[in-house]
Amino acid sequence: MSDLFVSTESGELLLRDTTKRSRRIRNRLALIWMVGSVLVAVVPLALVIGYVVIKGVGQLTPDWFTKDLPAVTRRAGGGMGPAIVGTLLITAVAAAMAVPLGVLGAIYLHEYGGRGRLGRLIRFMADVMTGVPSIVMGLFVYTVWTIAHGLSAFGGALALACLMLPIIIRTTEEMLRLVPDELRQASYALGNRKWRTIVTVVLPAAFGGITSGVMLAIARAAGETAPLVFTIGAARNLNLSIFNGPTTALSVQIFGNAQTPFEAAQARAWGAALTLVALVFILTILARVVAARVARRHNA
Amino acid sequence: MDITPGGSSGGDVASLLGVGPGRRADQLFYSVALVAGLFVLAILGLIAASTTHEAWPAFRSQGLSFVTSSTWIPAEGKFGALAFIYGTVLSSLLALLLAVPVSLGIALYANEAAPSRIRRPIIYVLDLLAAIPSVVYGLWGVIVLAPFLGPNVYSPINDAVGGWPVIGWFLNGSSGRSFMTAGIILAIMITPIVTSLSREVIATVPRAQREAAYAMGATRWEMIRLAVLPWGRGGIVGAIMLGLGRAMGETIAVALVIGSQAGQVTTHLFEAGDSMAAVIVNQFGEASGNHRAALVGLGVVLFVVTIIVNVSARSIVARFDRRAQGV
Repeated sequence: MSDLFVSTESGELLLRDTTKRSRRIRNRLALIWMVGSVLVAVVPLALVIGYVVIKGVGQLTPDWFTKDLPAVTRRAGGGMGPAIVGTLLITAVAAAMAVPLGVLGAIYLHEYGGRGRLGRLIRFMADVMTGVPSIVMGLFVYTVWTIAHGLSAFGGALALACLMLPIIIRTTEEMLRLVPDELRQASYALGNRKWRTIVTVVLPAAFGGITSGVMLAIARAAGETAPLVFTIGAARNLNLSIFNGPTTALSVQIFGNAQTPFEAAQARAWGAALTLVALVFILTILARVVAARVARRHNA
Repeated sequence: MDITPGGSSGGDVASLLGVGPGRRADQLFYSVALVAGLFVLAILGLIAASTTHEAWPAFRSQGLSFVTSSTWIPAEGKFGALAFIYGTVLSSLLALLLAVPVSLGIALYANEAAPSRIRRPIIYVLDLLAAIPSVVYGLWGVIVLAPFLGPNVYSPINDAVGGWPVIGWFLNGSSGRSFMTAGIILAIMITPIVTSLSREVIATVPRAQREAAYAMGATRWEMIRLAVLPWGRGGIVGAIMLGLGRAMGETIAVALVIGSQAGQVTTHLFEAGDSMAAVIVNQFGEASGNHRAALVGLGVVLFVVTIIVNVSARSIVARFDRRAQGV
């Protein structure tokens, strides 16, 4: 019996002797397709990261982080300081708007009206909203904000906040779902009102997971370009004001410089790409670490 | 007082919300949370209203020809977006054609065939692919990929089969920045989302169903075909449609590699074209008046199309979810 059956890792039993050759070959071909798919996905990842690191690393001098952008893009020199600050500032303002709103929205969905008709509609629309193209968000903010108030970091932040909001709502709701009901009941039994239960028991219990979801949303927003093109303008100098005057961002700089045929500009695009990718990866990895820790505690 | 219709947790306690000391704070908190939730609906409504309003001059002056004409000459006030709609659809379908087999392969491998110790690295690879900003793919596409593909891949293919009937209609042209390059870049970008959604679907296939297939003597591939794929079909279709929505809305990477050739409606995949999102971002800076209104109008069309795709996809996924939970 044991000669006849071959057990694989996944517990699969193969009746090897009675399995026809053509079926075995087909099984083998399917495996080759699956493994091949993974390899096909790894190639562009390795190429893109490789190019970004190799072509970008030469740019990262101290000047890169501190100096203003050069007045003439085709010449070398200058730095990316205003864009780095711009990206951080715009993303931070966007997060300051989207995170409280998103977490509260998720609280509504999970702790209050989630199963009612309105709750289902909001949940469905939040899912749909994650699919709204970022350029449409940019046009939207352009029409409701930029036309009246001019180019500024705040316009870009508004657009990014709109992109982050549905992601934060949906990930936070998933995390609230993981909080065991017993915790809520224990809190009620101690005489806490519902809002206190949510603020002092439910949210702290879900904190790690929510943080991880928020960081992923921030990482995605930090790399966005299209919503910023119409809303923040193109400044060369550092602009720390949120509401006044145009600013710039790493993604916008990559886009602008990639379109030029000049070597110095393209080099600057690669440098900005490396800076942006590093920023996004750090956020993503932090989010994964937090999520893994949460999962471990959840299993224990 | 029932202010928590069907609150999912808290049970009977919820009905005590409206009484006792501190009820004001409770009601306030509820209202704040409700308003936050309503923001989603408000923003979606506002997007539709404000962009349509801004684009109205263009819609009114062009009428139906806005979507049926492919003549886009801003200087003459002619705004027919058909070529851009065509470019968006063509590049997105190319992306699906390339990304779906790969995504399904990865999803099936990660969930059904991979040894457990390499599952996690596969997921990391997908996470990283998803984390790279689209503008970085665009940068790589325009500086590295397009200059390589044009002379080294497209050109030889064009020379070899470009004159043939049927195949030649498609495999024609030799421009590095082209529909095909846009499709390839988009395929890389949507692979992570299609894969991860498919994986979620595949993970819900009941164990008993797989074991039943194995018990009948199925090989792993036969088990996948008999037990996994039929079960997951709805969800996988939903995942593919969400990928389609993502591809159609993608702007920056496409703007950099599609070649920005206005008015091209051609089956030649290796020729330059343009897409809705790419036109908006490339022309917006120098546009004013009706031209700008027309570009916002393109955004409205894009919004409507992606909403339709997303609503259908989410409905399919939701129906699938209900079935998965029902068993």
